[in-house]
Amino acid sequence: MSELHSTVSPDELPAVHTRPGREVAVDLVGVHKWYGEFHVLKDINLRVHRGERIVICGPSGSGKSTMIRCINRLEEHQQGSIIVDGIELTNDLKRIDEIRREVGMCFQHFNLFPHLTILENLTLAPIWVRKMPKKDADELAMHFLRKVKIPEQANKYPGQLSGGQQQRVAIARALCMKPKIMLFDEPTSALDPEMVKEVLETMVSLAEEGMTMLCVTHEMGFARQVANRVIFMDAGQIIEMNEPEAFFSNPQHERTKLFLSQILH
Amino acid sequence: MSMTFDDGTFIRNEMAPVLPPPKLRIGPVAWMRENLFSGIFNTLLTLLGILLVISVVPPFVRFMFIDAVWTGENREACLGPDVGACWPFIHAKFGQLIYGFYPISERWRVDIVFALGAVLLVPLLVPSLPFKRTGSLLFFVVYPVVAFVLLTGGNINASAFLLERFGLIRPFVGDAQLGGINLAFWVDFGLTTLLFMAAIGGFIALLGGNGRSAARTTLFVFLALGAVIFCWDADVGLSYVETRQWGGLLVTLVIAVTGIVASLPLGILLALGRRSQMPVVRLLSVIFIEFWRGVPLITVLFFATYMLPLFLPQGTNPDALLRALVGVALFSAAYMAEVVRGGLQAIPKGQYEGAMAVGLTWSQMMRLIVLPQALTLVIPGIVNSFISLFKDTTLVLIVSIFDFLGQLRAAFTDPNWATPVTLYTGFAFAGVVYFFFCFGMSRYSLFVERRLNTSHRH
Repeated sequence: MSELHSTVSPDELPAVHTRPGREVAVDLVGVHKWYGEFHVLKDINLRVHRGERIVICGPSGSGKSTMIRCINRLEEHQQGSIIVDGIELTNDLKRIDEIRREVGMCFQHFNLFPHLTILENLTLAPIWVRKMPKKDADELAMHFLRKVKIPEQANKYPGQLSGGQQQRVAIARALCMKPKIMLFDEPTSALDPEMVKEVLETMVSLAEEGMTMLCVTHEMGFARQVANRVIFMDAGQIIEMNEPEAFFSNPQHERTKLFLSQILH
Repeated sequence: MSMTFDDGTFIRNEMAPVLPPPKLRIGPVAWMRENLFSGIFNTLLTLLGILLVISVVPPFVRFMFIDAVWTGENREACLGPDVGACWPFIHAKFGQLIYGFYPISERWRVDIVFALGAVLLVPLLVPSLPFKRTGSLLFFVVYPVVAFVLLTGGNINASAFLLERFGLIRPFVGDAQLGGINLAFWVDFGLTTLLFMAAIGGFIALLGGNGRSAARTTLFVFLALGAVIFCWDADVGLSYVETRQWGGLLVTLVIAVTGIVASLPLGILLALGRRSQMPVVRLLSVIFIEFWRGVPLITVLFFATYMLPLFLPQGTNPDALLRALVGVALFSAAYMAEVVRGGLQAIPKGQYEGAMAVGLTWSQMMRLIVLPQALTLVIPGIVNSFISLFKDTTLVLIVSIFDFLGQLRAAFTDPNWATPVTLYTGFAFAGVVYFFFCFGMSRYSLFVERRLNTSHRH
């Protein structure tokens, strides 16, 4: 098989062996979404089990980001149902807040708060949302900063850090809320090649701890090592879904084959 | 050692050293050449500038200091050829310029208000001093109440709140007084509070919100209002000074500070309202903002002073200064709203998403993430509004409120000081005073801007 498109070769990342459970973490049933007239998500059905790691790939504009952003209601779906951790997403603000507390998210452009120090970025949500005393929140934040290997940056501002460091801070910020599910929206796309690895390693270690992860990425090496399932999306639909080995070596759909042939080299 | 790259391959053996910049680029001569004489056009401008300074500064200094008269009892001192500024005029009218017609025996009260304001404000402005929270509570909540009591004398004789205005209280309670406190008023106040709690709580509950917490918030607002009214109503033994007697710098500062303190929070609320998802809130904010931006301040003041009493029920005649204050505050709030909206629009969508994704509620997101960044961005615009508000306060002259400039013009009419230079002296003095305040605000805003910019945005 030809080499996978990826900044980091699969051999550089350790394989992950934790197995997903039977419990359902996220359930999308017949989800549709429109931007005005544009039908952006079409009949999305996806059941993610606890501890499962899903990698979503596809050409730009295929709706992959929109799909995972629906899971924590950064985007609203218009038809079908989304059930996260047993709670169905409706227009009820309380439920939305409840779900957002349980779902962590990392963005392509990190979205750290530039006017707060790294430590304040991390402790903000625990203090205001979880009502945690500041001292405990600081400890928690330092714990996760050590985990993403940048405790020495705690008192700097986001603008003083490299892209890779910022993204690791963003991951730590999400983890401080002790989420049950993590969403990653192209976490390495805005990074210099040298920094992709450090972020991916952080994500791998998260996977080893059994975190439920949905990850939009084009890092196929990561998908191969970490994912339980790989999803290929195009034109707002799920085209193909399979275990990574079968997905990469034996794609079924013509569109998938075309996509893979373009990114494999 | 120089190298050429004509054979196409190259491997660096030693790192290039760091060298100091060329000598010609630094030093005063280089600075002058770069900044003052960098071309024909700039050289011309520089010469023109020098010419301007030479023709303006020496006569100004001569008028203000060298030829100026420093002592004297009346106009006699300032008559004669080649006389500069007539400072005895300012000295004689100084009290009037500061206090207006505030009774001379009571001027110490104004002094205390000024001093207290300065003492409370300075710790807020210096970032390194502690107790910011207590300090702002004192300045924004306690100080206005105290200042009101000191300046007016308090004892506002509260007799009717809302229900009594419809004649609903006194027939049942009578005119009982308890230690100088009007019982009817407080019965009225209490009943109105309950009424509002029920109405607001019920309305919110009807809309599907948390009626209980809305009712509780209403209660707190009314409790705070009650505490303020109680303080204002208490007889502290100060004589009553009606606002018609206020004047000079006192009025200028009262209007400017009230306008500034009221317009910022109001403007923020309006800006948030204008960007709200709720159509009714958005529409109301837009109507409010566009209405106030559409009328000149003079019209607002005229309306508040001469037309409003015609529309209000008989007997309710709010104080003239109060009406002007409200007019100025609402007027500048509309401008402030647009400044703040500019800041809000500059915040990237990612900041909202980041805040929502970690589970912050809308109000937490606005308070902790969006507004701190948005307001920092628009500090120049905000201070711009403050400065123009400060200078616009002089417009209250047309509704017969004598602010600093108004008092000065009144002083010009004194025949005792009618000299050819009185006018120039007065306006020069006014210019210096206004410049002192406006330039101070401007410099302080620069300082704050530089300080907040340490967050190194990406």
